[in-house]
Amino acid sequence: MKMSRIAALLVTALAFLCLTVVFAGFLAPYDVAQQNRKLAFAPPSVIHFADASGRIHLHPSVCALEDRPGAFGEYRENHLNCFPIQYLVRGTPYEVFGVVKSNLHLFGVAPQTKIFLMGTDSYGRDLFSRFLCGGQISLLAGLTATLLSLAVGALLGTLAGYFGGWLDASIMRGAELFLALPWLYFLFAARAFLPLSLSATGAFWLLIAVMSLVGWARPARLIRGVVLSSRERHYVLAARLFGGSDTYIMRRHILPETYSILLTQAVLLIPQYVLAEVTLSFLGLGVAEPTPTWGNMLSTLQKYSVLATYWWMLIPGLLLIPVFCGFVLLANELQPGRKARAA
Amino acid sequence: MLSFVFLQLAPGDFFDEMRLNPQISPEAVARLHREYGLDKPLPVRYFSWLKSAASGDWGTSFAYNAPVAPLIWSRARNTLLLTGLSMLLCWMIALPIGVFSAGERHRWIDHGCSFLTSFLLVTPDLLLALGLLWIALRTHWFPAGGMFSLKSAHAGSVAQCRDLAFHLIAPVAVLVLGGLPVLLRHIRAAMTDALQTPYIRAARSHGIPYSRLLFRHALPAASAPLVSLFGYSLGSLLSTSLLIEVVMNWPGLGPLLLEAILARDVYMVIGTVMFSALFLAGGMFVADVLLFATDPRIRTKDIG
Repeated sequence: MKMSRIAALLVTALAFLCLTVVFAGFLAPYDVAQQNRKLAFAPPSVIHFADASGRIHLHPSVCALEDRPGAFGEYRENHLNCFPIQYLVRGTPYEVFGVVKSNLHLFGVAPQTKIFLMGTDSYGRDLFSRFLCGGQISLLAGLTATLLSLAVGALLGTLAGYFGGWLDASIMRGAELFLALPWLYFLFAARAFLPLSLSATGAFWLLIAVMSLVGWARPARLIRGVVLSSRERHYVLAARLFGGSDTYIMRRHILPETYSILLTQAVLLIPQYVLAEVTLSFLGLGVAEPTPTWGNMLSTLQKYSVLATYWWMLIPGLLLIPVFCGFVLLANELQPGRKARAA
Repeated sequence: MLSFVFLQLAPGDFFDEMRLNPQISPEAVARLHREYGLDKPLPVRYFSWLKSAASGDWGTSFAYNAPVAPLIWSRARNTLLLTGLSMLLCWMIALPIGVFSAGERHRWIDHGCSFLTSFLLVTPDLLLALGLLWIALRTHWFPAGGMFSLKSAHAGSVAQCRDLAFHLIAPVAVLVLGGLPVLLRHIRAAMTDALQTPYIRAARSHGIPYSRLLFRHALPAASAPLVSLFGYSLGSLLSTSLLIEVVMNWPGLGPLLLEAILARDVYMVIGTVMFSALFLAGGMFVADVLLFATDPRIRTKDIG
């Protein structure tokens, strides 16, 4: 399939996002669990290009925060106590892929002050660092659940379309049931049978299993349709005439027909599953603190006082919009026959 | 029914927490355990539940120590109010806009609509809800969450209704905005297909006014896929409403289900999920009846 220029651009952007998230440890100035209890709910740092006397510097700096006298939980900048942003500094150690160990960070400031690009949460943890690392779990969950449900969907869809008969009927009735059920209720019900308190990895895998259990139906239906039409193609009939076995025909002749649909479905499903993770973790049923995910970063916002006072807690949520936007636009670009319909 | 087996397989039950409480004696816990029949093997429990569920008794909630059905019904009324109203508003807004934007294809109104729907499509409902709540908390234009304000508890019924309507603004707005884009796209696609048929061109050449053509000729022809969409959109609406109810503190099925899951209140979870399934089945049935009523092709096929 030849990609349009827009599709290529979107793919680049999404690949860039994945790279950002993978190298979160390098890009994030702090460790995700590092607490600054004295700087709870600190607003995003103001990056100054001018110093206290008004002189413009090319090198930006960040001023230290101190408590505003007479007000609890509010901060002001101490303009006499500013430190330039440094690049490629040594800081807290981290791992990439669990293999490469390093303590080199892209940027940071002197230890006398802190740089919080997106502010801090109730424990004074850096939201920017948490957002980047949270993306690792959220995106990986979305990606893995997509692959799993596509695999299940492709398998069942191919079986149903190829063999037909009672197998087809029973699989498709099951798929219709899953399609019609309100997915969140179903997700909840499936989540309800799992133990409530889990380790982060356990919760992660359970989350994926539950999500892909819910989502296999749509790809299965689509793939069944493709298989049904390609089963009667002449080259398939010819392959059967030559004595090809069912597995051989399915693998060699029928499965390749479904690749474009699988690709489009994958692009559509990833944001849905990321959103499902966000929803479950938001409600406290997914990956739990202190491991950051995009969902449980937002769950503090269930308290009205937090929502009303600390607007920067909404930033991780707002950043989800461009991410989802990228996926949806890409899916639109990939949709077969889009050009034909638009004309 | 599947959920029953799954739920029972879960490690731990409602009384685990009670066991940890030193003020409750182990004997009392064991007695409660027996009373609720939790000491019996799984198949026995399942069939006894199935038997009683068929006769209208959906089991007893552990947390509330009361029958599940009335509890669910008192909450479900609120959910039905919320989803019903949202559904109605959503269709009322989406139909004219979708029809016109199909009629004015590739004009600025169509492009404006498609831009807006794309934006709403990529914005998670959760974020919409949080955004609206944020506006509500900042401006106090409309109440942020809840169903009634404290003052209205002793007010007259008219004042209470007004208070309720006031509290409905935020959750209904989120549900409508969340459901609108999908609906709009389907309506537009169905209408576009209908407008390209030869009989519409024929009707046009007869000089029938355009607006009459859109609503009287094209819309009924396009309604068949839309009616079946109605059944499916109900499912997603229920899901969204579950989330919105939790975020906005609406006393519906959402918070009830969440609490029940967190407390391992087995029969409550099953009851709630079953209720939603029943509601959905009802919606599907209505959609089928509507389809029968609107599409003469199905009627004639049945007779012939």
